[in-house]
Amino acid sequence: MAKASPGVQALRDVVEKVYAEAREAKKRGEPVGWSSSKFPCELAEAFGLHVVYPENQAAGIAANRDGELMCQAAEDLGYDNDICGYARISLAFAAGKRSANKFDPKTGEYIIDPNSGKPLKDADGKKVIDPATGKPKKDPKTMKPYSYLEDLNEIAALPDGVEKERRTAALKHYRQMIMPMPDFVLCCNNICNCMTKWYENIARMHNIPLIMIDVPYNKTDNVEESNVKYIRSQFDHAIEQLEKISGRKFDEKKFEKACENANRTAKAWLKVCDYLQYKPSPYSGFDLFNHMADVVTARGRVDAAEAFELLATELEEHVKNNTNTLPFPEKYRIMFEGIPCWPKLPQLFKPLKANGLNITAVVYAPAFGFVYNGLDEMVRAYCKAPNSVCLEKGVSWREGICKENKVDGLLIHYNRSCKPWSGYMPEMSRRLSKELGVPAAGFDGDQADPRNFNAAQYETRVQGLVEAMETNASAKGK
Amino acid sequence: MAINTIIDEFKQVAANPKKQLLAYKAQGKKAIGVLPYYAPEELVYAADMVPFGIWGTNDKTISLAKEYCATFYCTIAQLALEMLLDGTMDELSGIITPVICDTLRPMSQNFRVAMDKKMAVIFLAHPQNRFDAAGKQFCIDQYTNVKKELEKISGKEITVDALANAIKVYNASRKARREFVKLANEHCDVITPTIRSAVLKASWFMLKDEYTKKLVELNKELAAMPVAKWNGVKVVVSGIIYDSPALLKALEDNHVAIAADDVAHETRAFRIDAPEGVDPMTALADQFANIDNDVLLYDAESAKNNRGDFVAKLCKDSGAQGLILFMQQFCDPEEMEYPYLKKALDKAGIPHIKIGVDQQMRDFGQAATAIQAFTESL
Ligand code: SF4
Ligand code: SF4
Repeated sequence: MAKASPGVQALRDVVEKVYAEAREAKKRGEPVGWSSSKFPCELAEAFGLHVVYPENQAAGIAANRDGELMCQAAEDLGYDNDICGYARISLAFAAGKRSANKFDPKTGEYIIDPNSGKPLKDADGKKVIDPATGKPKKDPKTMKPYSYLEDLNEIAALPDGVEKERRTAALKHYRQMIMPMPDFVLCCNNICNCMTKWYENIARMHNIPLIMIDVPYNKTDNVEESNVKYIRSQFDHAIEQLEKISGRKFDEKKFEKACENANRTAKAWLKVCDYLQYKPSPYSGFDLFNHMADVVTARGRVDAAEAFELLATELEEHVKNNTNTLPFPEKYRIMFEGIPCWPKLPQLFKPLKANGLNITAVVYAPAFGFVYNGLDEMVRAYCKAPNSVCLEKGVSWREGICKENKVDGLLIHYNRSCKPWSGYMPEMSRRLSKELGVPAAGFDGDQADPRNFNAAQYETRVQGLVEAMETNASAKGK
Repeated sequence: MAINTIIDEFKQVAANPKKQLLAYKAQGKKAIGVLPYYAPEELVYAADMVPFGIWGTNDKTISLAKEYCATFYCTIAQLALEMLLDGTMDELSGIITPVICDTLRPMSQNFRVAMDKKMAVIFLAHPQNRFDAAGKQFCIDQYTNVKKELEKISGKEITVDALANAIKVYNASRKARREFVKLANEHCDVITPTIRSAVLKASWFMLKDEYTKKLVELNKELAAMPVAKWNGVKVVVSGIIYDSPALLKALEDNHVAIAADDVAHETRAFRIDAPEGVDPMTALADQFANIDNDVLLYDAESAKNNRGDFVAKLCKDSGAQGLILFMQQFCDPEEMEYPYLKKALDKAGIPHIKIGVDQQMRDFGQAATAIQAFTESL
């Protein structure tokens, strides 16, 4: 992997810090919250409470290839496999399920998975072929043990001794797997109603308070006064509850600071997204999927704002110097609809790279660009989640970014996990395709459960899209 | 009237909603389709129109709806759309589309787009934080929108008196249905699962005053009969809907009687009355606020297992030996609450089974086998 630029590195560090600080807070005995991604984080920030984000965690667990293991664990607890993969992963985690490295119980040695790891490269950077098999050799340093499902409660119940030590040591240690358990939960159903029962389940498991902000689905383009009043009043109630949890009074100054940071982050995020309009784009829109972690987990923090601003200056330089960080030459520009299939990122990327398809539009750009002034506007901002707006609004959002970022085609992820997102996608795709005069192709997948993704179907659909874009381009006389 | 005559009438209505719709049409009445869940039908009734329940169908397969919907959605929502698209529901003057689950949210958009030229589509978002003044006010605002849209369709204002009267009519109907559910348990030899289902299902397709009149009569007849000596098993049924004739037959074949239900299409829809003698719009919001122990609604006492305990108690109180959960495929609200329902049932020592169903299922062989095995274990 190429070395990250200072801006990208700063963004990574911020997320790392959010997790690390939450772990430290937990150690100090402070309450730590779990929050849905579009709960108004400004409220918790006003109390200096540490909060982590199960959706971001689940995405990370899925990207670390533990999605299936954890989804399966949730299913064994009785949660059906139709339920959103994020929710399943999170519920399994909340119940104490963990991914661990497999070891031999007799020797304690880890059992290495021969299929894991990266290809071994020689001094010239070429893949070393194993003469026995004719296949590339694996770099032993990158090979990993098999994973197995562990249960924290079982470990805790063990008597002190070798087994307990080994099983504890075998637990995986990446940040999403060591996220602290919750002392309270912050639920905002602007993205989905699945959230409501998911967080209730966590509250029950841990016998902890739940703060609920209900943001009703919106039928029109604008947010009506009635909705604003209802949600405002819930903010007030949430503040009372947070006062109890934190044992502190609402700190107006801190709140304002958090709002200021959130606005600054949102603006810088939008600015970064905006660079995708250049042709060729100075970076791959695929990167935005990674940077989303910052808008989700840290948008109320000044370091997130600063990191995005730093990245923006880097992109500005690239534009000025006519350089870019694209991993392949850009031939076509596409919108990627939906959340990516985290467990399958390499497979997702492969045909895009092979065909020179750069993602220059993702709906997350406007979806997280909460810029507001004052509490009522803040309420309105939180009403604008991808899954809480009407079809027309959804189309106009996408149309806007697709036009600005000069998109040649649409790649639509029918995400099995996310019912609210995928529910009007066929109509959305028809409208968008017609308005923009560009082809659309859909594929079936899942953001977290690898069992619902079919690489062959995906590749065929991408191929179909490429052909349709070619036809379209020659018709337009390009 | 003889008990069988009344039952037959209910059966006719339940099996033939379309005929019912045409009959109302012929009387010069307008009808409004009411999708699940918790739409204030009282408003439709007060507007002198016929509220007509739309809960999918057991007689169709998804075809036209595919244009709008990926496969991983419940058949209830998809078949509702199918019936709207294929002309089955053309006689409706409008529909009300609540958005309380993640399927109904985007589906409300599909309904609107697909019915654009055919009929009015009235959007309704309920509040989840429904208990305090702000939640109730939001509910009233939403209901007021629905009211205005209905007035446009009917061409006349819904007066306070008409609405207060509608609430009375509905409270009476809910009371009669609750009474019937109790009597059906006591007289499960007469009121088989098929009959019980038909009687309750008919309520979705009849004007409630007509319906209640018949049901009160039936209740009277039942009350006069000696309590059944039942040798089969008794269960509580839970889930969204279980009205497929083949499924009901499978219950009967295995001598299963329904002691009570925790079913959205049945008791969950009539457990709570609206207060009378207060401002009727406030009364409707109060009624919604008082609905609880429901997989679709936020539980303010989240850390407790209220709904699970409630259903377990229902089993005990109704004298059921076990519970059958008919799980609608792709219904995540039901699926999400299953582990804690199971926990509560296990704690209370109530055996249960979960049987997956959907409305395109035609072969219930497996379900029947599962039911048989379950009843034998009780
Ligand atoms: S919005 Fe979709 S993906 Fe996110 S938690 Fe809800 S159902 Fe899952
Ligand atoms: S509650 Fe379940 S069955 Fe009902 S519409 Fe929603 S997903 Fe479908």
